[in-house]
Amino acid sequence: MIGFVLFFAWLGFGGDYILAFATTDAGPHAYHHVFPWLGIVLTVIAIITARYAYQSGPEKVLWATGAREVIDPQTDGERQLVNVVEEMAIAAGVARPRIWIVPDDDPNAFATGHGPADSHIAVTQGLLSLCNREELQAVIGHELGHVKNLDVRLMTTLAALVGAVLLVRDGMGRWMGGRGRIASRTGESKKGAGPLLAILLALWIISWVIAPLVTQLLALAVSRRREYLADDMSAQFTRNPLALASALEKIEGATAPTTSIKRGAAHLCIADPLGRHFTNHEGWLGDVFATHPPMGMRIAKLKGMGYAQLKKEGGSFTSSARA
Amino acid sequence: MMWVLLVVVAVAVLWIVGAYNGLISLKNQTINAFKQIDVQLKRRHDLIPNLVNSVKGAMDFERSTLEAVIQARNQAVKVNASGPEAVKQISQAENALSSALSRLMVVVERYPDLKATGNVAQLQEELTSTENRIAFARQLYNDTATQYNTKQQQFPTTLVAGMAHAAPADLWEIEDQAERAVPQVDLSRR
Repeated sequence: MIGFVLFFAWLGFGGDYILAFATTDAGPHAYHHVFPWLGIVLTVIAIITARYAYQSGPEKVLWATGAREVIDPQTDGERQLVNVVEEMAIAAGVARPRIWIVPDDDPNAFATGHGPADSHIAVTQGLLSLCNREELQAVIGHELGHVKNLDVRLMTTLAALVGAVLLVRDGMGRWMGGRGRIASRTGESKKGAGPLLAILLALWIISWVIAPLVTQLLALAVSRRREYLADDMSAQFTRNPLALASALEKIEGATAPTTSIKRGAAHLCIADPLGRHFTNHEGWLGDVFATHPPMGMRIAKLKGMGYAQLKKEGGSFTSSARA
Repeated sequence: MMWVLLVVVAVAVLWIVGAYNGLISLKNQTINAFKQIDVQLKRRHDLIPNLVNSVKGAMDFERSTLEAVIQARNQAVKVNASGPEAVKQISQAENALSSALSRLMVVVERYPDLKATGNVAQLQEELTSTENRIAFARQLYNDTATQYNTKQQQFPTTLVAGMAHAAPADLWEIEDQAERAVPQVDLSRR
């Protein structure tokens, strides 16, 4: 959050500095860039966007997926969902989140909100029909893990910021296109500004180009590490890691992409809604660009946990392991 | 020399404040988690009469099972003891209620036709959820209490444990041996 504002401040004030340099040698009647209004404007924009993203993030994300809130459960499935969420909220020791259903046949789920006191959990219709009670419980446990770790706050804000950065970059790019030509024309005469300016200019331009990429990669890096943690939390709440493993297997089996969940919110979901297949490979490319750790790895970890638990209890592999 | 001494004292005081507050916070979390169990038990007491009424008609032939549930429920509500024996009495009554309920669930499982009736399917879901809530509330209590106990016994936090009046919290466990052997009933519903 602060990094985001500082990054924008650098983009703005850096631009001012370069413009000031470029215009110092110009004639007395030419434009002199003295007041750093570019930096001030951009910093203010960044602060406003960050604040807005933080406040309206949850509503934005839910609205974008077309989710409807379950207030008065009508069908058996909805009643079960509400019960399961309430049970898991007790296990996690947090307030009951608000419950939403996304009308999509692909199984997926996500959590959003500002923290344990104000959180939302959304599941797709597909998840409700695909998973049995224990699997649903495990998935909800995973999402509540995100809520309890405050991941939701971070990730929802990131989701909103990725969008905001793209928007500002595109707008600025158009504006700079017109501005830059004037600068280069007036700047013809000053060759002596030195390599410092050149380096600064290069750095500055690169920053602009990679701004959206950096924000996105940041979101991804945060997301991947947090998935394992949320899987662990789910196992801690349900004491039944095998249920989450089997839920993940089912979700993995349904290959259809979740069309109602857009790219910007991908890192909020329990499984990559875009169904990108390099999500399943370890390695450099998968590591940098995937929103989620490889499904195989997650399932293997959970099964390891489950079997260790069964061994300790002396049960057989088929009995349900509820502590 | 004076400065070094001052810094050491300041660090020590800061650490004591932090450790003390950490213990107090865990203590209150433990107390709260224990109260949450009560909340869930109360919820179960309030729910049972309604649930049983809604399936009375459909389950006339299993009247005795239903009556056992009602009786165990009334028994559990009546327990209003206080003092050191309270927890034991309450948990005995609640365990009796739990086993009456699990018998009811086994019965429901035995009649597939019954499950097709809307009310009964709902009853089954509500019972499963109620039992889960109590189990999860206890689990949270045990987890929190364990964290609290570990913290106050570990060095160096144990040095301020006396100051914070921290005493090990009892974990909730099943006292009745028969209860441990309750058959695993698979109630997973699609």
